[in-house]
Amino acid sequence: MPPANMRGELTSWVITLAWIFAILFGLMLLVGAPFATALQGFVEGAFGGRRFGFLMATLSRATLIVGMALSAMLSFRAGLFNIGGEGQLVAGGLVSALVAIMLPGPPLLVLSAAIAAGMIAGAAWALLAGVLQLYVGVPLLVGSLLLNFPIRYIASYLVAHPFRDVQSGMVQSHLVPNAMWLPNFPGVRLDIGILFILAASIFAIVYSHTTLHGYRARLNGLSPDFARAVGLPVGRLTLQTLAMSGAIAGLVGAIAVFGIHHRYIDGMLVQPLYAWTGIIAVLLVGMIPWLVPSSGFFFAAVQTGAAGMERAAGVPKEIGLIMQAVIILFVASRVSGALLGGSRGQRDGDA
Amino acid sequence: MLEIILDPSFLASIPRFVTPILLAALGGAICERAGVFNIGLEGMMLTGAFFAVLGSYFGGSVYVGALAAVLSGMAMGAIFAEFNLRRGGDPIVVSIAVNLLAAGLTTFLLRAIFDVAGAFRDPAIGGFGPIDIPGLAALPAIGQLLSGQSLLFYVSLVLVLALHVFFARHRLGLRIRAAGENPAGLTAGGVSPNRVRLAALLMCGALCGLAGAQLSIANVNLFVENMSAGRGWIAVVAVLLTRGRPLPLFFIASLFGAVDSLSFRVQGFGLPQQFTDMMPYLATLVVLTVLSWIRLQRAR
Repeated sequence: MPPANMRGELTSWVITLAWIFAILFGLMLLVGAPFATALQGFVEGAFGGRRFGFLMATLSRATLIVGMALSAMLSFRAGLFNIGGEGQLVAGGLVSALVAIMLPGPPLLVLSAAIAAGMIAGAAWALLAGVLQLYVGVPLLVGSLLLNFPIRYIASYLVAHPFRDVQSGMVQSHLVPNAMWLPNFPGVRLDIGILFILAASIFAIVYSHTTLHGYRARLNGLSPDFARAVGLPVGRLTLQTLAMSGAIAGLVGAIAVFGIHHRYIDGMLVQPLYAWTGIIAVLLVGMIPWLVPSSGFFFAAVQTGAAGMERAAGVPKEIGLIMQAVIILFVASRVSGALLGGSRGQRDGDA
Repeated sequence: MLEIILDPSFLASIPRFVTPILLAALGGAICERAGVFNIGLEGMMLTGAFFAVLGSYFGGSVYVGALAAVLSGMAMGAIFAEFNLRRGGDPIVVSIAVNLLAAGLTTFLLRAIFDVAGAFRDPAIGGFGPIDIPGLAALPAIGQLLSGQSLLFYVSLVLVLALHVFFARHRLGLRIRAAGENPAGLTAGGVSPNRVRLAALLMCGALCGLAGAQLSIANVNLFVENMSAGRGWIAVVAVLLTRGRPLPLFFIASLFGAVDSLSFRVQGFGLPQQFTDMMPYLATLVVLTVLSWIRLQRAR
């Protein structure tokens, strides 16, 4: 970027930030919350707590959000607007929980099988959207989104009827065997699921930047016509990328089951909007792979911080959701336009 | 099954489900024709549903509620226009943000204003009552369908025809089509395509707001968090399948609405609720798949 533009660029970023904060303060004014207490509650809720309990909660949430962001990123960079991460996440969580409950055997082996099954389920659900696009002509954008609904209700049915833990009185499955729970790090309430996502982050960054497959996928994202013209196997590339994307979403579902809830609870992966937060975390940083983990952590902190504001100053925690949307409006409209250019051309071709 | 379908009270319930999808889809059609890729119908509808209750509760009149719904929907349309048209944000990104904004804002305001979480119901929320049309009601079967519906249903029927004429003859309607099909030509004629698209987004917001009002102050008299529950996405599919032409849109939206109504109807017949809840989305997916496949075969 030439230095002459730097000042203008900086000023407009400052104006953007001023807008975002003005909206935040406006909302707090609306509910009559004391600013200082609320802000203190935000910082405490996101990064504080006794023995950093809230920070651990933020990291735990960030684990799932970053995972969903990586899943979305792999698709988006390849020009595939897969916004069905939620369905792939639910498929992964559901299948891994059911395998862990049903399959007998040594815990570590069953756990591995359950995680693998969850990843396969997530990949399969994403592939379904891909097959519909390639062979039937259903645009991926709406196809992947509409597939969120059936799996949500299938999962809900399975844990409400055949696999329900009736005695608990809740709509949820039985607990997975204790030996399969992901252990916590010593001394803190944070499970080792974050290590899986760390590995997935490294994989996604290395894949995107250094492998031929990742390069070709990006080429398809930037210019699908060019990719086709130079003879890339676009169809195969699409399906493979979607499978990877879905497998990561499935892994996130498995981590939520074995690390956090230890069972499948109806709505546990849908209500917190993990998949949508992951999508906006990718858009915030313009799909640049190495920035995605920090972006995901940022949105996790916005959410747990908002919960802290509610505890401290009585601001409804949904202010976090509003702020996420506002940030995306202001920031993503500045950085993502050019990056998504390629996918738009392809979408028009499909429609 | 046949008994259910021919049951007069089932026929009478169809318009309640058709109206919200149809209104939102008509709004989406205006954007589609103007060349604005708007998949934020869900959020605009949800906003309308909330503000309809707000207006009806504080304004003491169902018409104030409908007006509040229209204005709030237009505000969402204006936000879309600001970030998509003026700041150049990708329409998909802006749509996703609008949907999240609506989910956050309605829940936030629900707690901030009414101090409840989940749902707000109160006898002071007025709703659109059924309008009986003399003569029509006496007709067999179809009388149940056409008479005794909410005002918004009749409005939506008029709007289908009005929009058809609007696109064919009205100056703004023609400009909207030009903005979608040939923006360079429009510019050459001295009209800014983005100004036309702004008008389209405001009209779309207004219609989605009305769709929300049908959900919250015509079908029931309450607001529930996330009460649009995916109907905006069904409307998006209807727009996509018909490329924004009002008359075919009417049939597709009626079909989706009828399935929605049927799913509600068969709940009492031993099917698990999850399966009946799934029906409208599954039907949408199936129709989308079949029509896409036919289109693909023709193209080959």
